[in-house]
Amino acid sequence: MLEIGLAHYLTLAALLFTLGVFGIFLNRKNVIIILMSIELMLLAVNINFVAFSAYLNDLAGQVFTMFILTVAAAEAAIGLAILVAFFRNKGSIAVDDISSMKG
Amino acid sequence: MTVQAVAFFLFAGILTLSALMVITARNPVHSVLFLILAFFNAAGLFVLLGAEFIAMILVIVYVGAVAVLFLFVVMMLDISFSDLRKGAMQYVPVGFLIGLVLLSELALLYGAWVSVPEISNNLAAPVSAFAGKTNTESLGLLIYTHYLLAFQCAGLILFVAMVGAIVLTHRVRPGVRKQSVAEQQRRRPEDVLEIKKMTPGAGL
Repeated sequence: MLEIGLAHYLTLAALLFTLGVFGIFLNRKNVIIILMSIELMLLAVNINFVAFSAYLNDLAGQVFTMFILTVAAAEAAIGLAILVAFFRNKGSIAVDDISSMKG
Repeated sequence: MTVQAVAFFLFAGILTLSALMVITARNPVHSVLFLILAFFNAAGLFVLLGAEFIAMILVIVYVGAVAVLFLFVVMMLDISFSDLRKGAMQYVPVGFLIGLVLLSELALLYGAWVSVPEISNNLAAPVSAFAGKTNTESLGLLIYTHYLLAFQCAGLILFVAMVGAIVLTHRVRPGVRKQSVAEQQRRRPEDVLEIKKMTPGAGL
């Protein structure tokens, strides 16, 4: 029945991205899980890039996936560093408490 | 079903389920472990697509570095995670709604997706230019020529992130005794030694 095509990968990526968005709402108070949801969304974008790269026979998509990986790694490192610094100062990581700058 | 289809549905199924577990697990440690599982399955999908290098990078960078970093932070912070879940359910309906809207938008978009016929003439880096080379080799050839500047920028981003993470988490603790080499080098015998003449039988 099945030839796995581009549409399969795009559907999977869309599902994963939606799960990431949903995760942000579901764990609205927990910054760590929110960061993990963002990682899931970036993974969905990566799957899109690689799927298009494979089905269009264009390697540029894979190059850009590497750049996304780089930025995602940097984002996770900085995000967790901010989290640790914040926890040291406030003793909490609840999103509701992160409002001292009144932004 | 072909082997490829079976592998795709296996990887995709586990990936989706573990992504669901990441956002619903009660214990954040379990969330991180499911995140690692999700990354492994995504790497499997990338291998299936013929992108071996990206798959290996995903395992090394995500599983080896990012997920372990998450694990460290989750275990290091002493927080009652159950308190954080309190009242979280009140946002589920709106989150569900937004997710549904997003998913249907994406479905509409992908359902109507048609590639233009001349797309094969407009490729940035056609695979046919790297005939007979492995995925890693052709990616290397591409990165170090056409994408050199972007590659250097990626390195710069990582460097800035590294410095930023260190600056953010480093703290100077007062009252810690440390070796000061300059202080040790500055020390002279005449500053600390005193020579006394001793006469036998007499005390100092």
